[in-house]
Amino acid sequence: MLHDRDRIFTNLFGQDDWRLAAARRRGVWDDTKSLILRGRDAIIDEVKKSDLRGRGGAGFPTGLKWSFMPKQSDGRPSFLVVNADESEPGTCKDRDILRFDPHRLLEGCLVAGFAMGASACYIYIRGEFYNEASNVQLAIDEAYEAGLIGKNACGSGYDYDIYLHRGAGAYICGEETALLESLEGKKGMPRLKPPFPAAVGLYGCPTTVNNVETIAVVPTILRRGVDWWLGIGRPKNTGTKIFCISGHVNKPCNVEEAMGIPLRELIDRHAGGVRGGWDNLLAVIPGGSSVPCLPKPICDEVLMDFDSLREVKSGLGTAAVIVMDKSTDIIAAIARLSHFYMHESCGQCTPCREGTGWMWRMMERLVRGEAVPEEIDVLLQVAGEVEGHTICALGDAAAWPVQGLIRHFRPELERRIAESRSLRRAAE
Amino acid sequence: MPKVTIDGREIEVPAGITVIQACEIAGVEIPRFCYHERLSVAGNCRMCLVEMEVPKSPKPIASCAMPVADKMVIRTDTEAVQKARRGVMEFLLINHPLDCPICDQGGECDLQDQAMAYGFDRSRFRENKRAVPEKYLGPLVKTHMTRCIHCTRCVRFATEVAGVEELGAVYRGEQMEITSYIERALTSELSGNIIDLCPVGALTSKPYAFIARPWELEKTDSIDVHDAVGANIRVDTRGREVLRVLPRVNEEVNEEWLADKSRFAYDGLKRQRLDRCFIRVNGRLTSATWAQAFEAIAQRLSGVAPTRIAAIAGDLVDAEAMYALKGMMTALGSPHMDCRQDGAALDPSVRASYLFNTTIAGIEQADACLLIGTNPRREAPLINARLRKRWLTGSLRVGSVGPELDLTFPVEPLGVGPDTLLQIAAGGHAFASVLSQAKRPMLILGQGALARPDGSAVLKLARDIAERCGLVKPEEGWNGFNVLHTAAARVGGLDLGFVPGPGGLDTAGIIAGAERGEIDAVYLLGADELPTDRLGNAFVIYQGHHGDAGAHRADVILPGAAYTEKDGTYLNTEGRVQRGVAAVFPLGEAREDWTILRALCERLGHRLPYDSIGQLRAALQAEHPHFAELDEIVPADWGSFGREGPLDPAPFRSPIENYYMTDAISRASETMAKCTEVYVLGSQQRTGTHG
Repeated sequence: MLHDRDRIFTNLFGQDDWRLAAARRRGVWDDTKSLILRGRDAIIDEVKKSDLRGRGGAGFPTGLKWSFMPKQSDGRPSFLVVNADESEPGTCKDRDILRFDPHRLLEGCLVAGFAMGASACYIYIRGEFYNEASNVQLAIDEAYEAGLIGKNACGSGYDYDIYLHRGAGAYICGEETALLESLEGKKGMPRLKPPFPAAVGLYGCPTTVNNVETIAVVPTILRRGVDWWLGIGRPKNTGTKIFCISGHVNKPCNVEEAMGIPLRELIDRHAGGVRGGWDNLLAVIPGGSSVPCLPKPICDEVLMDFDSLREVKSGLGTAAVIVMDKSTDIIAAIARLSHFYMHESCGQCTPCREGTGWMWRMMERLVRGEAVPEEIDVLLQVAGEVEGHTICALGDAAAWPVQGLIRHFRPELERRIAESRSLRRAAE
Repeated sequence: MPKVTIDGREIEVPAGITVIQACEIAGVEIPRFCYHERLSVAGNCRMCLVEMEVPKSPKPIASCAMPVADKMVIRTDTEAVQKARRGVMEFLLINHPLDCPICDQGGECDLQDQAMAYGFDRSRFRENKRAVPEKYLGPLVKTHMTRCIHCTRCVRFATEVAGVEELGAVYRGEQMEITSYIERALTSELSGNIIDLCPVGALTSKPYAFIARPWELEKTDSIDVHDAVGANIRVDTRGREVLRVLPRVNEEVNEEWLADKSRFAYDGLKRQRLDRCFIRVNGRLTSATWAQAFEAIAQRLSGVAPTRIAAIAGDLVDAEAMYALKGMMTALGSPHMDCRQDGAALDPSVRASYLFNTTIAGIEQADACLLIGTNPRREAPLINARLRKRWLTGSLRVGSVGPELDLTFPVEPLGVGPDTLLQIAAGGHAFASVLSQAKRPMLILGQGALARPDGSAVLKLARDIAERCGLVKPEEGWNGFNVLHTAAARVGGLDLGFVPGPGGLDTAGIIAGAERGEIDAVYLLGADELPTDRLGNAFVIYQGHHGDAGAHRADVILPGAAYTEKDGTYLNTEGRVQRGVAAVFPLGEAREDWTILRALCERLGHRLPYDSIGQLRAALQAEHPHFAELDEIVPADWGSFGREGPLDPAPFRSPIENYYMTDAISRASETMAKCTEVYVLGSQQRTGTHG
């Protein structure tokens, strides 16, 4: 279990004030100048050594991502874009950073932006986060006033601007290139990669897009040192992580914990356990709605980090743990997710545009059992035809929950079909 | 040059191309819907997925969007690729109506063809199919949006090539629809091209709807005559009827686009046609046989002094007919002939003075362009598209002296009339230095600046600008002096000398002479764009294919062949020699024009020295060798042309007010009439409240 002294997000629950003075008391903006004066390469090197992996879902090594940014400008400015379009169902970690600890994010923006040579930072915040956006904007104003950002930020001689941009509520705008399109004022449709944003990003300039949590932890890693960070978690899955535990638990919560904490310990210790006891557990979606669900036998043992969850064919995603007890109609639950992905598909590329709707309609019939058993295989094949064939990862996100369902709950699907069939036969 | 391995075969490909192009070079076919080599890459259909082994990619990649890199290893024949293609094809088909039997695209449909290769033979889709409301895109493009597969080719064409941001996608996911947003007709002269681009039957031709199947059509490669671009076309016919006109690829001229008038005016070939001879008896035109018509002409012309006979050639006439008419006039002994029926002050003695010397493809090197009295969007939409293409690269600056323009790209308005030209020629104008400092400067002189009393002086001014601002650089092989013609026949007529001989009258002189009674007979060869009411009491012979202005005034009508009905040579505004080929037979008793002239001349007592089109062409080529250089441009030498004279300060006007009706064929076309109503008269789709 993570010690209180190792927590980064010390105001995660909003028990303290979020404004600058209180944030300073919690250690934010503490001699940020000295962090910057370490120099670009030193910061990137440190982040690389820390094995920090992106907190937005994909878990890409952050230091490596930063190192793709050009060392020398070819005349174009570079940008840091912070992805605060947190829309993954079950996920609410960035929200609490944004509203309760915005200065921690802003400090991270400055340090990370400096490390990659960015001249400005855009925070793209989800449109529904009205109060959060308001807090962040007020925090930005405070930071400007205090000279922490803007011209000669923190007295470091480095000029840096931070802008806040509110989205309009589309899930797909959380995909990094769709986010850039939206930020440019266009329809939020993902771009083709390559070119990657580090080469051609916002307004055609080198850009790095990072998650709120990723950016917010960087100053603390630099301050407390890589060794401290590496001491938490498991190799390649280091440091702390905010977990969002929701669903059939006694105390749904957000909590900062060490990477690699066993799932059962996470739920029992922080969320008050599964409703009706651990044995009442049916399944857990461990990383936000887009990763495959895990049935209880796997949940008993699995560790909550990128690589452990990948081994059981799921993923850490955004670390949003959705707990379902045995009262759950798991097919209906996954069908609801399929509806979500159909609704949020941008419509640009064929497999996702056509496949998400098809999957949802099949799922709806499977909920009622109005299908033949062979259709389960059709559904699995359709999911396989969507997965990996789309421009962005939304296609994968739509396919995985369905694949997880069939992998682990196929007997339930078959039972439902048989039951429906016998009911119909009885009616005849 | 990077080396890539495709399906185990290593090939060297040019740097900067994409994997799909490399596969094409390697001879490996990659199925695709959204990819089009002349449009930006969208990568959204996902049909072209291939596997990339080096560098290793965990997912299949979209080959249309992936740039090639050295030592890349691509596989297109693996199980994963097959699976991806089958999957995408299945997705495209689940919401596609599969109404091929009633779809106009049937038989030439990319989706149909590729479904044969990659589709299943049955559907696993047990849900309801999506239906999408139709859209209104104007009188030319018919929509059936339920068939749309969202490749966005049409959107990209409209935005990039046509330059009208009027198409786009609304909604998202499976609700996504391609639409014009506000249900208005596409305001582009190139809108018909989206029909060709559409890989399915979502966008089809409105006039061609439910007319024919592609396999019923006979296809004839020919040349368009509705403007002076000389777009390469394919005329599709069934029996004696022209059913549609499509573009052919010619990178030098029209790439693979076609302007709407050229594409859709063909229905004018069926209306207002002259299908037999007519003689005016007691003020009324009565039908006659060829013998009677020739007899009437011979009688009327007997005893008339040759210098009292004149001939004017129109805009759609082929070079062979003009050559034969010139032969006849010369045989009769008359010097009065002209092919410039609009009276443009073109100087036939210096070829470079009336050609588009830069060439259409050459526009893509230009970095500054001065437009003089021209609206290329109306006069030659395809040349305008080239200017836009060049402008899109960011390297072209365009200024205009003349009418207010909306060319789909920014044009600096420099002035309206010759006064501004004088300033530029004197070097005092800012744009003069733009031209001088440009590496490849050009000017485009329109007929609107030449077909006026001071046309010759304007021509001289344009020459001064060309010479002073360094537009003509023979040592670099660059000539930036361009005349933009509006008539397909014009350059051919000027080249073969269908112009006043020694002591001869030009168009204005002929009309004035007829009005004063000094000209007794006027031979109009397809000439309709002149004041026919001012021909006085002259005996007017009209030879042509449409009952238009010329035929109304005529005393004898000789029915000729339209451009789809005869073999003919046309020189486009660049001076490119191109041959049209007859796709159908002439209507009724109509004949190919040169044969009419050959026969009439013999009746008048002079035998022209050729009995076949081959002999005629041989004679023509002997006199003018460059007519033998098919599909070539023979560069013209610079010379001295234009005459200094008084200038009229009146503003320049484009000769074309209504793009959709510029000649006898388009005036007879119902489709063009609908376009005129929508685009020129400004009315949109009628609703119930329209009375």
